[in-house]
Amino acid sequence: MNKKTMVNPRNAYGQKLVELGKKYANLVVLDADLSKSTKTILFAKEYPERFFEMGIAEANMISTAAGLASCGKIAFASTFAVFATGRVYDQIRMDVAYSKSNVKIFATHGGISVGKDGASHQMIEDIALMRVLPNMTVIAPSDAPQTGKIVELMVENNGPMYARIGRANAPVIYKEKNLINLKLGKGLIVEEGNDVTIIACGTMVDPALDAKKILKNNGIDTRVVDMHTIKPIDKELIIKCAKETGAIVTAEEHSIIGGLGSAVAETLMDNNISTKFYRMGIKDRFCESGDPKDLLEKYGLNQKHMVKNIINLVKKN
Amino acid sequence: MNNYDEQIIRNLEIIAVKIRKNIIKMLFKAASGHPGGSLSAVEGLVSLYFLHMNHNPKKPDDENRDRFILSKGHAAPALYATLAESGYFSYDELNNLRNMNCMLQGHPACLCTPGIEASTGSLGHGLSFANGVALAAKLDNKDYKTYVMLGDGETNEGQIWEAAAAASHYKLDNLTAFIDRNFLQIDGNTEKIMRLESIRDRWNSFGWKVIEIDGHDIKKILEALDEADGNSNSPTIIILNTIKGKGVSFMENNVDFHGVPPNEMEYNLAIEELDTLQKKLEAMN
Repeated sequence: MNKKTMVNPRNAYGQKLVELGKKYANLVVLDADLSKSTKTILFAKEYPERFFEMGIAEANMISTAAGLASCGKIAFASTFAVFATGRVYDQIRMDVAYSKSNVKIFATHGGISVGKDGASHQMIEDIALMRVLPNMTVIAPSDAPQTGKIVELMVENNGPMYARIGRANAPVIYKEKNLINLKLGKGLIVEEGNDVTIIACGTMVDPALDAKKILKNNGIDTRVVDMHTIKPIDKELIIKCAKETGAIVTAEEHSIIGGLGSAVAETLMDNNISTKFYRMGIKDRFCESGDPKDLLEKYGLNQKHMVKNIINLVKKN
Repeated sequence: MNNYDEQIIRNLEIIAVKIRKNIIKMLFKAASGHPGGSLSAVEGLVSLYFLHMNHNPKKPDDENRDRFILSKGHAAPALYATLAESGYFSYDELNNLRNMNCMLQGHPACLCTPGIEASTGSLGHGLSFANGVALAAKLDNKDYKTYVMLGDGETNEGQIWEAAAAASHYKLDNLTAFIDRNFLQIDGNTEKIMRLESIRDRWNSFGWKVIEIDGHDIKKILEALDEADGNSNSPTIIILNTIKGKGVSFMENNVDFHGVPPNEMEYNLAIEELDTLQKKLEAMN
């Protein structure tokens, strides 16, 4: 396999905020004592008057962001995914979702690849928590260039949004010029294929591309879809893939309950689509401290597991 | 400081009685809602909406308006009656409190009702929201002021203290909070449920200017608001010492009327009392 170019999506986030801060005088950013990790510090250095350090007080951060948004600001609030959602669910529910506030909750450190900090910091329920909220758009970008583009789209489109990226460096999948037409709510077919579709989001898109190469040797032609927007989900694309490839595997660094896999399953059932189907995700449990690569192997979320699951599914009658 | 003559104050007192009557009427019609904490909040609201605040009911989204956020969202009837009295919407709407397909939700909802700045009802959020509004004013170099009303029981919520710290840290001297200090929350006396005293010392230690007054004395409230506006480098909290259920004798200091509306007999009694008071005040004019 060729050596991959690795870029951290967190840097893409911070750099894009700086870039957009110039164009949008009403862009403000809040953080809860993690600006060095979330990379909002880049914005803070460039536009100190528009950056609000809120201290370790996430509830106050979210409601304050909503207050700023009520005065015409585009308010980005950032912290780790675990603190950006579960800890402040009620604040997001009332002040952001119910009020259709122009607040963008941008979380880093989503999923188990956070690694050694352990289960306390490995957020695997955030997509489910945010997806259940009316008015909320839910996004999981898959690489650094896509993260940048998605931050742009979050600024350009009004309304409550949640985006989550991981902690680690991520292989670059896209060239910026190929992302010009990216739209929220429209998934991307990254690689064509006829025998099965992997619908992945976030950190699971790259291993899906690796799995495709291995599966080719097994005579399985795999389509890879990057479902960066989990809500609103791209129903047409899901139905099309089910009809054209006859088998769907979903993959996400998130609980198998309530996330991408659930959204795809709901779409299939709601549309009377019968297809071979398998969900990859954390199987309703908390994980543990460890090296990210080892954790993904142990909890079944890498290209090796994808290959195994797909072979099993495609062979099934 | 402004000089408020007797005539001005008496007219505001009459408005306060009218608002109390509307609170009682709407709760009776809805057969649901919170009388106690609505009645205790009236003079604070009247002082803001009928004299102190710069606002225009015909332009509820005017970007230079002063903002008021009702953090103790269950006192929505008081705010709704105040907004109707100000002209934000027709009095008829008050008849439809808590009814389906109508604008007046059980708790304030900013997308449903003109004049409502923030959706509240889950306690503890409003001060943080107000901080955001006040920060935006500073950022935009605008002169508008932000006012927020907290319940005393509401300050049990940890988020209030996150917000108290932040308002002081950011020197939000364009922000004034009321605390409706009526000493009662659903389960009983605030000091028995979860001690709040010394409220004054608590807010002081968080870096706030603290003013404590009789929360039913409109003249004192107006003077306190002027003092708060003149304060610089720190936010101000005005402790309104109030009586839960104020204005209706059998509801006063009666925790049973926290979240239970009047029945027909109680409704008639309450309106009779308030009518008598209104006539008395009008006769003095």
